[in-house]
Amino acid sequence: MMTFILRRTGSLVLLLAAVSFITFTLFQLGPSDPAAAACGQECTPERVAEARVALGMDQPFLVQYVDYVRGFFSPRMIGAPGAQTLCEWPCLGKSFQTNENVADIIGRSLPYTFSMAIGALVLWTITGVGLGLLAALRKGSPVDKFIVGAASVGVSLPIPVTGLFLLLLFVNQLHVLPFTTNEISSPFGPQGPGAWVANYLLPWIALAVLFSASYIRVTRTNMIETFGEDFIRTARAKGLAPRTVTFKHGVRAGITPVVTMLGMDIGLLLGGAVLTEQIFSVPGLGFTAVHAAISGDLPVTMAITMLAAFFVIVANVAVDLAYAAIDPRVRLQ
Amino acid sequence: MNPALVYFGIQELRSQLLITKRAEPLTQIQSVEPSTGSPPLPPATTPERKAAAPAEARSLLATAWMRIRRSKVALLSLCVVVAILLFAILAPVLSAMSGNDPYTSNTSPEVLDDFQTPGLPLPGFMYPSAQHWLGVEPGLGRDLFARLAYGGQVSLTIALLSTAVSVVLGTVLGAAAGYFGGKTDAIISRIMDLFLAFPHLLLVLSLTPILQSRLRDTPLGEGSFLPMASLVIILGFFGWAYLARIVRGQVLSLREREFVEAARSFGASHLSVLFRQIIPNVMGVVLVYATMLIPTNISAEAALSFLGVGVKDPTPSWGQMLNAAQSGNWYLSDPWFLAVPGIMLIVTVLAFNLLGDAVRDALDPKASRS
Repeated sequence: MMTFILRRTGSLVLLLAAVSFITFTLFQLGPSDPAAAACGQECTPERVAEARVALGMDQPFLVQYVDYVRGFFSPRMIGAPGAQTLCEWPCLGKSFQTNENVADIIGRSLPYTFSMAIGALVLWTITGVGLGLLAALRKGSPVDKFIVGAASVGVSLPIPVTGLFLLLLFVNQLHVLPFTTNEISSPFGPQGPGAWVANYLLPWIALAVLFSASYIRVTRTNMIETFGEDFIRTARAKGLAPRTVTFKHGVRAGITPVVTMLGMDIGLLLGGAVLTEQIFSVPGLGFTAVHAAISGDLPVTMAITMLAAFFVIVANVAVDLAYAAIDPRVRLQ
Repeated sequence: MNPALVYFGIQELRSQLLITKRAEPLTQIQSVEPSTGSPPLPPATTPERKAAAPAEARSLLATAWMRIRRSKVALLSLCVVVAILLFAILAPVLSAMSGNDPYTSNTSPEVLDDFQTPGLPLPGFMYPSAQHWLGVEPGLGRDLFARLAYGGQVSLTIALLSTAVSVVLGTVLGAAAGYFGGKTDAIISRIMDLFLAFPHLLLVLSLTPILQSRLRDTPLGEGSFLPMASLVIILGFFGWAYLARIVRGQVLSLREREFVEAARSFGASHLSVLFRQIIPNVMGVVLVYATMLIPTNISAEAALSFLGVGVKDPTPSWGQMLNAAQSGNWYLSDPWFLAVPGIMLIVTVLAFNLLGDAVRDALDPKASRS
C-alpha cells in the first residue's frame, strides 16, 4: 500500500508540473503580444517595451516559467528592475486590470465556488443515486421507463436555458426565492444557513438537473448488473430480507463507479462552474475566469485554469487511493 | 471518464463510457453478423445502400440503419435531426419566403415600444405573425425566425466541423498509439491524459479570445468567419483525447488479429496496414462517438457564445441568441425570447443524443442489453 501511495503521489507531482508548464506555454505563447494586452488600449511602442520588461518577457521562456513556479513556494519580486513590487506568497502574478495579487482574487472567489459545489453535489447524489436505484429495482416497469426518459431529457438541457428558466420562474414570476447576492458566501455568516440555502438553491438545482441525469444512468446500469450476479441470488436464497440484500449486498457492490464519478465531479466543480456562476452572478472562480477572459486579463485566467486542472488531477488521485484502500487488487496492477 | 465534458451540459458521453466500457470491440459484431444469418439487410432502395461509400462504411451504415429502423424513438430522433439539418440548410429559402433576413433591423416606433419598456416589440410584433414567423428581436427589431434559421447554420456548422476535427485527430492518434505501441503509445497516452485533465470549458473559454487575436491577421480572420473558425479549431483540438483513448483500446486487440498479420506478410507497410486494415475496422466505434460528440459541441458553442466569447452579434447563432435574450434582461420582460433559441437548442441536443444512443445500440448491442 505504501509503495502504491508513493507511486501515485509521484505521478501526481509530475502531472501537476506538466499541467502548469502547458498552461503557462499556452497563455504566454498564445497571444501575439501579452505585453500589448497588459498595457491596455492607449499604448505607445515605448510603453509596450516597458510592459515587456515589467512582465519579464525579455527573459528566455524557461526562465519566465521557473520564475512563475517559484512564486508557488515563496514570495517574489515582480516588475521592471528599479520599479519592482513584492508579490506575496503564494504569488500567481498580478492582475493586468487591477494590479491586485491573483492569489487574493482567487482566495476571494473560492468560498462562493465551494458553496455552489457542496450543495449541488449533495442534491444530485441523492436524486441521481436514489432514482437510479429505484429504476433498477423496478426494471421494465413504467416507473423505470419514466426515470430513464427523464434522464435522457435531463442530459440534453443546456445550463443557460435551465438556469435562465429557473430565474424567470422562481425569482421573477413566483417571487419565492431572492436573486442571488454576493454577500453570502458561507452558511456560517451573519445571515445564517437559511439565507445561504435560499441564495444558492437555484444554482444547485440547475447543476443537479444536469448531473443527476448521468448518475441515474450509471447507477441504474451498474445496479441491474449487480442484481444479476450470483452472490445476490445466494443472499436471497439463504433467506435474507430483501432490504438487506438490496442495500447491504447489492448497493455496496454496485456503487463503486458512482464513487469514481463523484470524485471527479468534485474536482471539476471546485474549478468553478463557469456557466452556472455566470447566470446566477455568483462571483466564484468560474465567474471571475469569464470576466478575466473577456477583458484579456491573462494572469487571472491562467491561474484559474491551472488551479482547476490541479483540482481535477488531485481528485483523480484521491479516487485512486480510495479505491486501493477498498480493493487490494487495484494496488497490484 | 472525461470530467471535462461535464461542463458543457452533456454528461451523456461520459455516462455512455461508464456503461459501455466492458463492451467487446465492435469489429467482432460486424464480422460475425453476415455469417450468422442475421435479419435481412434493408432493401436496395434505401439511400445508405445506394451511396457510393467504401464497402466497409456501407455495411456499417447498413447495419446501423437496419437496427435503427426497428426502434420508434430512434426513427423519430433521426427524423428530427434531418428536419433540423434541412431547416438550417434551407435558411436562405425559408427566410426569403417570409420576406425577411437576419440582419435588417427595424427600430421604428410601429415595431418597437418607445414608452413603457423601450425596445420591447409591440404586441403585433412580439409573437408569431404572417409577416414575422417568430416575431422580432427586442432592441433591434430583427426577424427572429431568420436569425434562428441562419443561427442554426452557424451553430451546426461549428458543431459538425469541430466534431470532424476531433474525430480525425482522435482516430489517427488513437490508432497510431494502439498499433505502434511502445514509445509512440507512451507519448500519445500521456498527452491524452493531460488533455483529459484540463477543465475543458475553462480552457476553451480562456483560449478562444487569445486564438482570435492570433487569427485576426490571417485569411481565417475575416469578419464573421473569425469566431466560427476559432471555435472549430479550439473545440476540435480539445475534443479528440476521449475518442483517441477508446480507439486505442480497440486497436490494441485488433492488431493481434490474423488479418493484420496476413497484410504484413504480403509486404504491406505499417502505414498502409494502419490506414487500410486497422482504421476501417474501428469505424463503428468512431461513428458512435462522433454522433455523441456532435450534441456536446452544439452545447459548447451555445455555452461559449452565451458567455460572450464565441459567436458575436450581428452574426446569429443559437448561443448568441441566448446571450441576446439574457443581456438587457429581455427574457424577464417576456419568456418568449428565451423560449425561441432555448427550445430549439434542447430539441436539437436531445434528438442528437437519442440518435447517438440508437447508433450505439445498433452497432454495439452488448452495451445496451441491460
